[in-house]
Amino acid sequence: MSTLEIRDLHVSVTDPAGESQEILRGVDLVMRSGQTHAIMGPNGSGKSTLAYAIAGHPKYQVTKGSVTLDGEDVLAMSVDARARAGLFLAMQYPAEVPGVSVSNFLRTAITAVRGEPPKLRLFLKEMRAAMADLSIDPVFAERNVNEGFSGGEKKRHEILQLQLLNPKIAILDETDSGLDIDALKVVADGINRFRATEGHGVLLITHYTRILRYVKPDFVHVFVGGRIVKQGGAELAEELETSGYEEFVKKAGAPA
Amino acid sequence: MAALQGAVETTAPVSRLHEQRSYDPADFGVPTGREEEWRFTPLRRLRGLHTDAPLPGGKVTVECDPAPEVTVENIERGNRRLGTAYVPADRVSARAFTSFAEATVVTVPRGVVASRPTVISVRGDDPAGAVFGHVVVELEPLAQAVVVLDHTGSATYADNVELIVGDGATLAVVSLQDWASDTVHLSHHHAQVGRDARFTHTAVTLGGSVVRLAPSVRYAGPGGEAELRGLYFADAGQHLEHRLFVDHGERNCRSRVTYKGALQGADAHAVWIGDVVIRAEATGTDTYEYNRNLVLTDGTRVDSVPNLEILTGEVVGAGHASASGRLEDHHLFYLMARGIPYDEARRLVIRGFFGQLIAQIEVPELHARITSAVEAELA
Ligand SMILES: Nc1ncnc2c1ncn2[C@@H]1O[C@H](COP(=O)(O)OP(=O)(O)O)[C@@H](O)[C@H]1O
Ligand SMILES: [Mg+2]
Repeated sequence: MSTLEIRDLHVSVTDPAGESQEILRGVDLVMRSGQTHAIMGPNGSGKSTLAYAIAGHPKYQVTKGSVTLDGEDVLAMSVDARARAGLFLAMQYPAEVPGVSVSNFLRTAITAVRGEPPKLRLFLKEMRAAMADLSIDPVFAERNVNEGFSGGEKKRHEILQLQLLNPKIAILDETDSGLDIDALKVVADGINRFRATEGHGVLLITHYTRILRYVKPDFVHVFVGGRIVKQGGAELAEELETSGYEEFVKKAGAPA
Repeated sequence: MAALQGAVETTAPVSRLHEQRSYDPADFGVPTGREEEWRFTPLRRLRGLHTDAPLPGGKVTVECDPAPEVTVENIERGNRRLGTAYVPADRVSARAFTSFAEATVVTVPRGVVASRPTVISVRGDDPAGAVFGHVVVELEPLAQAVVVLDHTGSATYADNVELIVGDGATLAVVSLQDWASDTVHLSHHHAQVGRDARFTHTAVTLGGSVVRLAPSVRYAGPGGEAELRGLYFADAGQHLEHRLFVDHGERNCRSRVTYKGALQGADAHAVWIGDVVIRAEATGTDTYEYNRNLVLTDGTRVDSVPNLEILTGEVVGAGHASASGRLEDHHLFYLMARGIPYDEARRLVIRGFFGQLIAQIEVPELHARITSAVEAELA
């Protein structure tokens, strides 16, 4: 049983003019393994900023608040230590890493997260099985990480890592966007397999309600202007489907 | 020589106007550092290789371990077989040509395929005095061979390497500058690439205090192919300079230049000059040159100067790219977000940067040695 606790989180970035800009303005969220939370909000509302700040991206400065995983101070950990502690971020725009093959990358990451290198034969078996689950062509194992992958291939590759690295809490940043319906189902199946296993929690960041038809959330948070402006159950997503974000944006007085 | 000096060029390439060629050092002035071809080189660190200073002492041993199908001769300076493909283009090169004791001449007979690499080891045992060298590798038509030049130890050394690739022949040269940290090495590797011949050259420069290597290619007939690759890693205080020149003077020839380097530490200096000339008669030329530098710390300096001069309207392709930059934060972040510690993420990215170049080297036995030498630089 794991708990991710975000308290009054304020995060700033430095804009191109060198000015510090506050993007997150007091985010509170508590989630436990076994739960699926959806964060929904318009573009530019700070959803990715929240995800990056939790993962420890150096561009995002936490100016106030706390993030803990099972009571441990996440913000005090290095990026790699956060991952080893059980946090996983499926990125909206995964980086291409030239010259590093997928299989080499996965093996290195698994070694780091599990604390010992997997036996080569077992690793290959495990990797191939996971790739088959996600309809990823086996040749991708020898391609460079994300290099020349289509948008959908990148997203499936993120879920492949989720499956192999087996974190406690998975933050999925718009893993659904840019996917055709078949790819969306494959990705949703992957997320559902992860959810079905004990001790796993999912924070699903999305702009659209489409994926929530396949991955039913327990809680929905409407995110506008750098904070959560409304919370509810799965029915809140349906409400958003019909009414959109405008009403919340107006109320929050923030530019969408 | 006749071809070089006899050709009357109506449209001489502007980029080579400063160039002069001679076997006689007296035909070149002592460089001052203001000349185009010397302006990046730290002359004060050359131990007089570029001046008139007498240079007694010094010890460099050249040994050849040939493939069984190949002949190796040691030939004294002055023999007519030396200097046929290459006329020195600077003073140090001319000094080397008029000063070496004995040349190593490797010949691969017509149509013969060498069954294993021929290794020429150049080992320095004393850097106190200058030593000059000369190597000729001649592949007769349709021959095939791989030649490794393996430079190790401490030396003050200048040499010329003539590479003659006969019509339809295939020559791969791998030159390792794996010198000790006090070595000064100035060298010209010139290839004459015959009709439909194929030539690859890989420079791996990791050691030495000052290394200045100038690989050049001239085509002796149409249809030739040249691929020049390089990998260097400049540490604190090291000056590693590579000066490429591909002279397209024949029809339908192809050239590729790919050099990648990394720099770290105070006053690590890398220089890459990529000159490509496509002369008026060289229609159907296909060329591309690429240099990329990875800057790992502050205090380093990179000079990367591609220069492509095209004197014909009919090329198949002609381009260049040069970029220098830091390790990408988003690469490191991505790897670290998967639990991989910083040092290891950095190693992965740098290994990836050089990996493809190393994998292309025609001597598989060298891959592990070069990979671990690069890793040692990172440690
Ligand atoms: N690295 C950054 N540098 C500067 N501004 C940023 C950076 N990341 C995000 N921002 C700004 O923060 C705001 C929120 O962005 P983001 O978190 O990506 O929103 P969302 O994911 O909800 O679309 C935007 O105005 C964006 O321009
Ligand atoms: Mg986003």
